Amino acid sequence: MTNEELKIKLTELVPSAVFEEGGEWITAFVDASNWKTIAQQLRSNEDFKFDYLFCLTCIDWKTHLTMVYHLTSTIYRHSLIIKAKLDRNDPEIETVSDTWRTAEFHEREAYDLFGVKFLHHPDLRRLLLTDDFNGYPLRKDFEDPVNMIKL
Amino acid sequence: MSDENKINNGFTKVSPPTGGGDKEGAFPGQVHPTAGGGILVSKLDEVINWARSNSLWPLVFGTSCCAIEMMSTASAKYDWSRFGFEVARATPRQADVIIIAGTIVNKMAPVLKRLYDQMPDPKYVIAMGACATSGGPFFYNTYSVVKGADHVIPVDVYIAGCPPRPEALLHALITLQEKIKSGATREQIKNGIGN
Amino acid sequence: MYRQTEILSDHTKSSPLEGDLEGAGDLVINVGPQHPSTHGVLHLVITLSGETIKNVEPHLGYIHRSIEKMCESLSYRQFIYVTSRMDYLSSHINNHGCALCVEKGLQIEIPPRAKVIRVLMDELTRLASHQLWWGAMAMDVGALTPFFHAFREREMINDIMEETCGARLTMNYMVPGGVMYDLHPDFQKRVKEFVEEFKNKIGEYDELVTGNIIFQNRMKDVGYLSKEDAISYGCTGPTARGSGVSCDIRKLYPYEVYSELQFDEVIETGGDCFARYLVRMQELRQSLSIVEQLIDNIPEGDFQAKTKAVLKLPKGEFYSRVETARGEFGVYIVSEGGTTPYRIKFRSPGFSNLSTLNHMAKGYKIGDLVAIMGTLDLVIPDIDR
Repeated sequence: MTNEELKIKLTELVPSAVFEEGGEWITAFVDASNWKTIAQQLRSNEDFKFDYLFCLTCIDWKTHLTMVYHLTSTIYRHSLIIKAKLDRNDPEIETVSDTWRTAEFHEREAYDLFGVKFLHHPDLRRLLLTDDFNGYPLRKDFEDPVNMIKL
Repeated sequence: MSDENKINNGFTKVSPPTGGGDKEGAFPGQVHPTAGGGILVSKLDEVINWARSNSLWPLVFGTSCCAIEMMSTASAKYDWSRFGFEVARATPRQADVIIIAGTIVNKMAPVLKRLYDQMPDPKYVIAMGACATSGGPFFYNTYSVVKGADHVIPVDVYIAGCPPRPEALLHALITLQEKIKSGATREQIKNGIGN
Repeated sequence: MYRQTEILSDHTKSSPLEGDLEGAGDLVINVGPQHPSTHGVLHLVITLSGETIKNVEPHLGYIHRSIEKMCESLSYRQFIYVTSRMDYLSSHINNHGCALCVEKGLQIEIPPRAKVIRVLMDELTRLASHQLWWGAMAMDVGALTPFFHAFREREMINDIMEETCGARLTMNYMVPGGVMYDLHPDFQKRVKEFVEEFKNKIGEYDELVTGNIIFQNRMKDVGYLSKEDAISYGCTGPTARGSGVSCDIRKLYPYEVYSELQFDEVIETGGDCFARYLVRMQELRQSLSIVEQLIDNIPEGDFQAKTKAVLKLPKGEFYSRVETARGEFGVYIVSEGGTTPYRIKFRSPGFSNLSTLNHMAKGYKIGDLVAIMGTLDLVIPDIDR
C-alpha cells in the first residue's frame, strides 16, 4: 500500500493518531496507554499485516522521552514508524514482546539504557550494564565525572 | 644467604615432609657446595630462562577485533608456533602468557582478574592493541571502558596498533622472549633471579 | 556438489529425564565469557537436566563499549570509524551503511565510480567474513584443518585490502560522498588472480567439510527455526534465509548498483543448521560472481563527491540499511541540525539473531548448542555495541 492509503487506514484504526511530516515512511504518534491493542491490530489486521519489528529504540528529548518502533510487513512490503511520548519522571509503556518476540531483548536494552519500564514484560532486568549500575547512561542528564572524559 | 638463594633458584623454601631432616632448606638431603658453583648455577639460570621463553603457551583470550589478528598470527601465513607458542590453551591453569586482545570493559574486568589469578607462576601478560594499552578509540565519552588493561593486571609488553599487524604481534612475542632471557620481567625481578 | 548421506542416528528432541521434578536435579553451568567457541565474550547460563538443555540464558554486556553515547559527541565524518569495530568482519559494509545514512540526510549524489568501488569492497568483505565463519565453525564442531585453509584464502583478500585501503581489518575507507582514496593500480590484476584461485578452492571446501558424514549428522535436524518464528524474532541474513524468509536487502531495497547486477537470493527451506550452512556456502559463490561481473566494468571518473568540510545534517530523522554478512544493519540518525548527531541507534543483526538461541536449543545436547551457535554466526561486539 502506498503512504497515503496507509495514512487513511491508520486514521480509521486509531482516530487520535497524529502524523509527522517528512521522511520516506509514515510517522504516527499514538497514545502510550492503548499501545498494546494498537500493536495487536497492526499485526493481525488483513490490511496491515505488520509482522516484522526491525528497530525499537528510545530518544531523550530533554522534556520527555519518545519510544520509536519501526515496523514493516513481509507480505505487502510497506513500512511504518510508530512513536509514543512518555513522561520523563515515570516512563511506562506496555510491552509488545508477545506480539513480536524480538521486542524482548530490545525492551530490556531500552530499560537498561533509558529506564523505561515495560509493563508485563516476562523478564525485565539489565542486559548490557552491570547489575549494580546506577543511573541510565543514554539519558542526556547522565553524569559520571570519573569515566566520561569529555572532549 | 645469597649462596643459598642462588642454589634455590628463587623457589620458596619448603620444609621436608618428615619432621627434621638435614637442613631446613629446599632440598631434602645434603647440599655440597662445589668449586666454581657460581658459574654452574648462573648457567642453570640461563638454561631455565631459555627454556621458559621458548615454550610460552598463550591463553585463548580475545574480546574483540584484535582477536582476529591474533587468529591470523596463529594460522599458516604468520605462524607463531615457530617461536614456541604452539598450543593455545583454553584453560588458564595450563597457560603461561595471556595476550589481552581487545577492549576491557567494566563488566569484564573481574573476569580478567580471576583468569590472571588462576594462572600458575611464572606468568606474563601482553597487552595487544590500542584498547588494551590505554582504552584506545574508546577513551573519550565512554562510561563503561577500562582505560587500559594495566588498571586491572600488571602488563609486561604493550603493542600499539588498531589492530596491530601480525608481524607486530610476533615482534612483541620475541621482545617478551628476550625480556625473559635477560631476567627483566616482573616475576624474575620479584624473585631475584638473573640479577 | 557434495555427497548426500543418510542420517545415522535419531536426532529427535529429547524431553527431560523421566521422573524429574521441575527444578530438582537441574545442573546450572556457565559457558564463557572466556571460551574458545563463543566467538567473543558471550556468557551463557545453561540449565541442564542430565545432558539435555532445558534453558539457555545469554548474558551480554562484556564488551559494551557505549558506542551510541560516544557517537553523540563525534562529528558526522568521525563516527564512521567506530562502526568498523562493531562487526569487525564486515567492517566495510558497516561503514557503507553509515555513509549512506549521512548522504541521505545531505542528499548528495555519489559518482558511479565510487558506487562500483563500494560494492566491490562490500562483496570482498562478505567473502572474507564467510571464509572465517566457515573455518571457525568447522573448528567448533571438531575439525581443525579447515581453519588453516580458510585463513589462507582470507589472507589474499587482506592483502588486496591493504594495498588499496591501508589496513587489513578495520579499514576506514568509506566517507560521506564516496571513498577515501582511489584504487591501487594493481587492484584489478590482484582481484582477478584471487577469483581464479578461489573458484577451485570452493570445491575443496565442499570436499573437506560439506560432504563429510560426521559433519552432516551433526548439522542435520539440529536447531530448527520455523519461518513464522524467524520473522517474529526479527532474524535477518542467512539465519532467516535458511528458514525460507526472503529478506536480502540487496534485492528488496537495492542500493548503489545492486539493481543492475545478476545474482540470486539464496533461500533454503530446511530451517535446521545444515540449511543455514548451505545458504552461506551458496552466498560465497554468488559474491564471487558479483565480483566477476564488476571487476572489468569499473567506470572512470571521480571517486568522491565534493562535500563541505564540516557536515551538518538538517533537522529530522534518517534510516538506512545494508546487508552485512550477518543480516540487516540499520543506522538510525536523529539530527537537530548541528554538527554532531543528537541520537544514533545501530540496529545490529546479531542482536535479534541471538534471541532465537533459547528457542532453538531447548531439548538438544551441549554439542548441538555449539553447532547452533556456529551457524548463527555471532560476533559479540556487534551485539553489545
